[in-house]
Amino acid sequence: MNKDIIEVKEVTTKFGKHVVHDKISISVREGEIYGILGGSGSGKTTLLREIILLQKFQSGSIEVLGKKIGQMSHADIIWLKKNWSVLFQFGALYSSLNVLENVSIPLIEYTNLPKEVITEIALSKLKMAGLKKEATYLFPSELSGGMKKRAALARALVMDPKILFLDEPTSGLDPVGAENFDILIKEIATLLKLTVVIVTHDLHTIEHVLDRFCIIYDKKILFEGTLNEAKKFKHYAIREFLKLEQ
Amino acid sequence: MIDFDIQEDDKQCSIKISGELTKETIRSIYPKIKRIKEKTFLIVKMDCAGLTSLDYAGALILADLSASFCEKKSSVLVIGMNPNFKRMMLFARKNLRQKSQVVEIKENFFATPLIKLGKNIIDSIDSFIFFLSFLGESCLQFFRILLTPWKFRYKATAVHIQKSGALAIPIVALTSFLVGVVIAYQSAEQLAKFGANIFIVDMVSISMFREIAPLIAAIVIAGRSASSYTAEIGTMKITEEVDAMRSMGFEPIVFLVLPRIFALLIAMPLIVFFADIIGIMGGMIVAKSNLGISYPEFILRARDVVATKQVLIGLFKAPFFGLLIATIGCFRGFQVTGSTESIGRYTTISVVNAIFWVIVFDALVSVVLTEMGI
Repeated sequence: MNKDIIEVKEVTTKFGKHVVHDKISISVREGEIYGILGGSGSGKTTLLREIILLQKFQSGSIEVLGKKIGQMSHADIIWLKKNWSVLFQFGALYSSLNVLENVSIPLIEYTNLPKEVITEIALSKLKMAGLKKEATYLFPSELSGGMKKRAALARALVMDPKILFLDEPTSGLDPVGAENFDILIKEIATLLKLTVVIVTHDLHTIEHVLDRFCIIYDKKILFEGTLNEAKKFKHYAIREFLKLEQ
Repeated sequence: MIDFDIQEDDKQCSIKISGELTKETIRSIYPKIKRIKEKTFLIVKMDCAGLTSLDYAGALILADLSASFCEKKSSVLVIGMNPNFKRMMLFARKNLRQKSQVVEIKENFFATPLIKLGKNIIDSIDSFIFFLSFLGESCLQFFRILLTPWKFRYKATAVHIQKSGALAIPIVALTSFLVGVVIAYQSAEQLAKFGANIFIVDMVSISMFREIAPLIAAIVIAGRSASSYTAEIGTMKITEEVDAMRSMGFEPIVFLVLPRIFALLIAMPLIVFFADIIGIMGGMIVAKSNLGISYPEFILRARDVVATKQVLIGLFKAPFFGLLIATIGCFRGFQVTGSTESIGRYTTISVVNAIFWVIVFDALVSVVLTEMGI
């Protein structure tokens, strides 16, 4: 068994008086594709945002790549941010830069590579993410939703991260596009030996991509494990969520 | 660290790579790679036995190097490579995309300004036509409403009077007070030189009533309400609320535009009158502190010198300012399309337009009235 790369322990989150998470704990192992599942408004994205330092939580602890959130030096934070990358739900490409510049910018900021090499790497990642070459110099506003996601995936991969976070990667794509994107993620994760954390409620993704997952239900972790283990579970919420026969 | 040894003769080249080939180390050996890439050999041997670490960037460099030799019909031999690295290199090779294959749209230095000028002209014409149709539709809906007055959105109008009128009171008060103070200050010094202290009253009150207060109020409201109208309607367009209204048979003009226009038509004169009073108060305070004119003296003098027409001219302009601001704000809101970015763009345009047309209208009225001798 691989060691844990992300450990969330007893995290409680409140927005004002509204409790989102009540002492939840999960662990993600190195090299696996892990899913955070749950209905709308169950706080899946909030949990993801807490792991990637975008959201504060009230109590508990989160450890990523051996660093404890809240007790890191500035250098640690930068190191961590270079070693993970995030694919946001709507791509979040920088609107003032074209696709190639969007993908190049982490390399420009963080490495001293010659410009030609940066372009070469960026073009290669774009190809890996399956973006047509005609789109290389377009601006984000000129791209369709699927193309935006592919360009954003290329940007997320460009620094060769150890962990890749995906926030609803298949939402807003047509079924065929979503399926292709799933295959792409699985392929890239295997080839680059990435640990992937996916927030999703897409059944196809759950069945074909995820190694393990957790289900957030009623502020708690209802289940954590593989799909086969989940199938043995009798809780109606799990069966309903995974569309298993009752 | 990295070693990149090249041994070459006319036909053969052998490259020995050892150490770490990663993003951090590529820069130091890149000149060597570039130089060797230019040349042609019959056989190229790449000895990677000493390679201890290879990331995607490094793999890509090697893949690119071997691909460029293959293109020149050299036979490339890669020896001693760790199977993991080899897999990585093959993966990189598969995903290689040369810059030359990608067509970049280059801008022509001389043609670009012309193309941009042409585009701008066409855009302006389009925008003007759209404005005419917007104006036409607004008038049409206005006359329809006149026939069926119970369909007018009274409640929404009241809300907008509160939002763009009543809630603007503090900022209008502050600006017009300060402008009153500034005008009084600047003129006090000059008037004192002539011993014409009392004329500060004429100066401040006539200019305030007739020109300054309406203009200041209009500019503040243009900045405040034109922008919010554009942003509100623009957001509704992007979230398809406007389309939802149309699909239910609700006219967006009746629901969104007319209430805003009427709100400003009603609120503007009130705001202007308020600004008049506060601005003159600012002047009064300076008149007392700098020129020793007491408040009762100021007010009595003002009653004598300010003709009713001065007040009325200022108030007469106010509803037109309101009409201009609301129409421009709403119109630009309806121009928003596609991305959230365009909300920002049109909000800026709307504020600039609104202030510009307020000043143009004020200048026109000023010239016309002076020519008519009023």
